[in-house]
Amino acid sequence: MSAPSAELQAVLGRRWRKPPLIRRTWLRWALGLGALVYLAAAISSVEVNWSRVYEGLDRGGAFIMSFARPDFVTRGSDIWDGLMESLIMTVAASVVGIAISIPIGLGAARNIAPLPVYLVCRGIVALSRALQEIIVAILLVAIFGFGPLAGFLTLSFATIGFLSKLLAEDIEAMDRSQAEAIRATGSGWWQWINYGVQPQVMPRLIGLSMYRIDINFRESAILGLVGAGGIGATLNTAFDRYEFDTAAAILLLIIGIVMALEYLSGVIRARVQ
Amino acid sequence: MLRLEKLVKTYRTGDQALKSVDMEVPKGQVLALIGPSGAGKSTLIRCINRLVEPSSGKVWLGDTELTHLGAGALRRERRRMGMIFQEYALVERLTVMENVLSGRLGYVGFWRSFARRFPQSDVDEAFRLLDRVGLLAMADKRADELSGGQRQRVGICRALIQNPALLLVDEPTASLDPKTSRQIMRLICELCAERGLAAIINIHDVALAQMFVSRVIGLRFGAIEFDGPPTALTPDVLTRIYGEEDWQATIQKVDDEDAPAEVVA
Repeated sequence: MSAPSAELQAVLGRRWRKPPLIRRTWLRWALGLGALVYLAAAISSVEVNWSRVYEGLDRGGAFIMSFARPDFVTRGSDIWDGLMESLIMTVAASVVGIAISIPIGLGAARNIAPLPVYLVCRGIVALSRALQEIIVAILLVAIFGFGPLAGFLTLSFATIGFLSKLLAEDIEAMDRSQAEAIRATGSGWWQWINYGVQPQVMPRLIGLSMYRIDINFRESAILGLVGAGGIGATLNTAFDRYEFDTAAAILLLIIGIVMALEYLSGVIRARVQ
Repeated sequence: MLRLEKLVKTYRTGDQALKSVDMEVPKGQVLALIGPSGAGKSTLIRCINRLVEPSSGKVWLGDTELTHLGAGALRRERRRMGMIFQEYALVERLTVMENVLSGRLGYVGFWRSFARRFPQSDVDEAFRLLDRVGLLAMADKRADELSGGQRQRVGICRALIQNPALLLVDEPTASLDPKTSRQIMRLICELCAERGLAAIINIHDVALAQMFVSRVIGLRFGAIEFDGPPTALTPDVLTRIYGEEDWQATIQKVDDEDAPAEVVA
């Protein structure tokens, strides 16, 4: 062993720390303090009317108590109709949305689509994601009138933005060498997608689709509030009539179905690795 | 059989990966392409089947010039060039059989391949090849269940079922242990001899290359620095290709071919 160099001598015995994320000290402190000041200002700007809160506690209490005795019977047929409408809306919108998302997702992946196709598909994705479901639903209710058709179209449209974007990102992150090997065999473009790309993204596509079905069902409950049909409409009516026990029954059903879907998607995702 | 004329590849970043490479490979010849990382070995073989588009120059495969072909004609010519990859590049979630049969994609239509209904002759040939490399029992396993050496054997079957005239082999042993590396190299060279295939094998392991091939080409900075039989690889030549280093040990291995093999294994 030779003697340590001067460079090494200089650093021996010096404490080592991970370099900070933000190198400039003053900027680091300014950002931290700024965030604290903003938080304090934001909280103090929220006005709370405490007497109103006190009054509301009673109503909230009544609502929560009604969960102890949900009424599934009185409005039984309304609940059943709303639920069926929601489920049909969810399944139809998911199937249509997923079917449209796959080609758009392929087109929105930069590593497999030519630039013009990529831009068009990314445009569709951006449009779908920019328009929130409720806004789309209000517009579509205005066009098609009250009822599940507007809800179905809204959910299909929202599914496209969600699924295409995440599918495209998964395709962009795929292993290039596997796809390259298929291309080297002299395969055509569709064969290349079917053999080189699809097997790599299939588990994620299935997992995301299951997740989206889950989301679509929950959204279908919200869309009823703006008149786009489904269980949400029934829920809205129950609230309007102060029938909290019926509302509680509906909410319990929604929670049950969402949990069942969650469990189902967990099982399916574990199977398709 | 394969002829490269003034082949140049300049990447968009400005890196000149190949500077006017001329090379001719006769039918049935197995040659090793050696050189330091970044010398352009990978680029060279990918320019032949145009997984990388060459910037200029010509590639002749038999009587066909490849660099100006349209998409359809290029696909037909790619069928004649089997490729074997570093890290195997099997499609991991497909079965071994699907991976082997994917070598026939250039010959069958989309719907047939989509339904996995390949002609019986293709299926028989796939079974024959799997049997030849000792993996017949694995046909229905998923590719990611196999070991490294087994995967590379499947990769070899995929290339051979194309019924190619030329094999392009990119670092076939890069992630394999020394014994498996020799087995794979031996297998590739035997199969080339059986079928009269020419092959270009990119390889880092000079000693391994010397053991199996009849011709070595040394690439440095995208230009051919050496072209000759493996016995002509002297320390001087290796220094010209790779730079200064003690090469004696690397070359010695060649003299007694099989004795150290057992030790390594």
